[in-house]
Amino acid sequence: MSDDSTPKKATVGTEEDGPELVRFDRVTKRFGTHTVLDSLEMTVYSGKHVTLIGPSGSGKTTILRLLMTLLKPDEGTIKVGDAYLTHEEKNGKLVPAGEKHCREVRKNIGMVFQQFNLFPNMKVLRNITEAPVHVLGLDKGAAEERARGLLDLVGLTQHIDKYPSQLSGGQQQRVAIARALAMRPQVLLLDEVTSALDPELVAGVLDVLRDIAHTTDITMLIVTHEMNFARDISDCVMMFDQGRVIEFGTPEKIFSEPENDRTREFLSAVL
Amino acid sequence: MNNWSWEYVRDILPDLLQGLWITVQATLYGSLVAFALGLVWALLLRSPSRWVTWPVSIVVEFVRNTPLLVQLFFLFFVLPGWGLTFPPLATGVIGLGLHYSTYTAEVYRAGIDGVPEGQWEAATALSLPRRRTWTSVILPQAFRRVVPALGNYVIAMFKDTPMLAAITVAEMLFRANSIGATTFDYMEPITVVGVLFVVISYPTSLALRALERRLVR
Ligand SMILES: Nc1ncnc2c1ncn2[C@@H]1O[C@H](COP(=O)(O)OP(=O)(O)O)[C@@H](O)[C@H]1O
Ligand SMILES: [Mg+2]
Repeated sequence: MSDDSTPKKATVGTEEDGPELVRFDRVTKRFGTHTVLDSLEMTVYSGKHVTLIGPSGSGKTTILRLLMTLLKPDEGTIKVGDAYLTHEEKNGKLVPAGEKHCREVRKNIGMVFQQFNLFPNMKVLRNITEAPVHVLGLDKGAAEERARGLLDLVGLTQHIDKYPSQLSGGQQQRVAIARALAMRPQVLLLDEVTSALDPELVAGVLDVLRDIAHTTDITMLIVTHEMNFARDISDCVMMFDQGRVIEFGTPEKIFSEPENDRTREFLSAVL
Repeated sequence: MNNWSWEYVRDILPDLLQGLWITVQATLYGSLVAFALGLVWALLLRSPSRWVTWPVSIVVEFVRNTPLLVQLFFLFFVLPGWGLTFPPLATGVIGLGLHYSTYTAEVYRAGIDGVPEGQWEAATALSLPRRRTWTSVILPQAFRRVVPALGNYVIAMFKDTPMLAAITVAEMLFRANSIGATTFDYMEPITVVGVLFVVISYPTSLALRALERRLVR
């Protein structure tokens, strides 16, 4: 039996897998007096697929939003590759980073949202090319070629000239996946990307993600309630409760023989 | 009371139509000033620095809460004393534009606030620079939302243009008044002016409503 009261230091992968890519070092996040993440320590090596599970409100989204710099940690540091995400090293001291530094580090991270968040004023093609052109400095032709390749990957080539509002939720989410991948991020964050979809559209999106997980070396942090999907693609499943990792391990271990009572309770409720 | 004379109407109509053209010009140029300046206010008011938002909000509230006619008089009679002289129509355009920019600023603010938070988040997730986020994501979506409200202010401004008569802009009411002063017969000129206002503003508001329905889709 593991002890619930000590937060676990979660490490996914080893140096043999490649460089350390994401590192949370004693990260605490509070909203008012409510401590949502409590001194979280987590390391993910390059190319790993990590699924975060846990009851609603346990802090899963907060972790992804911290990584995407949509939130700032109250304590602790986050590193992506060799760079601190929200801090800069100046004269050997860590100071809060400026917007420019944040944007530079953040380029390595892509995110897909539950509500897609496509730009409704742009056609599918421009949704995908906008950032490569204006952030990476690709010329229009190169960005469009990249976009076409990605639309082929997500199976939406024929919808290239449509507006998001002309697509189904599942199609919109696949465009959003293509849009995130167009930046060639090292880390892809997926926050309940199928939760807003009609049930019959879920499989199409998950198939695309499976494909990406199996054919690319992109690192993924995934929050999902689709446990079969998690089992298929994860190297590691982390169980969160009240802002702490209470158990982590391979999907086989977590889903078949969880050690922690709360993990067991949670899984019996969702499986 | 004298009888309505169509002949009199026919005689004065060309002059009044010339006045209408001035009225339309004042409205169009005034709108352009109000649209541009209002956007400037709205963006400045979102500045993170109080040193920007305080002075701007004081100016905006001051202009919004003083009557247009007082502002027109100030521009027309006071500024020349400081060496700033503009022709009447230009003064009217500046006055209308400035006054209505304080309303359009509010319209833009609501339009910008109405863009869902997720759009900002998606722009951040793609590392889009601040300026690009505004110009390609936020403002295009905000503009769609504000078109109907801006249109209503254009119509309101149109109906405020007779105030420019007070600073000698030869728009419709000014001309009707001059005609009446020479013929001692105000009924036809003033009535025709009223009718011309309706003839322009009613169809415009119908067109606006149609546009609104299209944009909402
Ligand atoms: N912007 C916010 N303001 C206040 N509380 C928040 C905010 N975002 C999240 N929370 C709280 O933080 C906790 C963790 O939220 P979240 O990370 O979204 O959990 P999960 O994704 O695991 O359901 C919840 O209790 C939630 O109410
Ligand atoms: Mg969540």
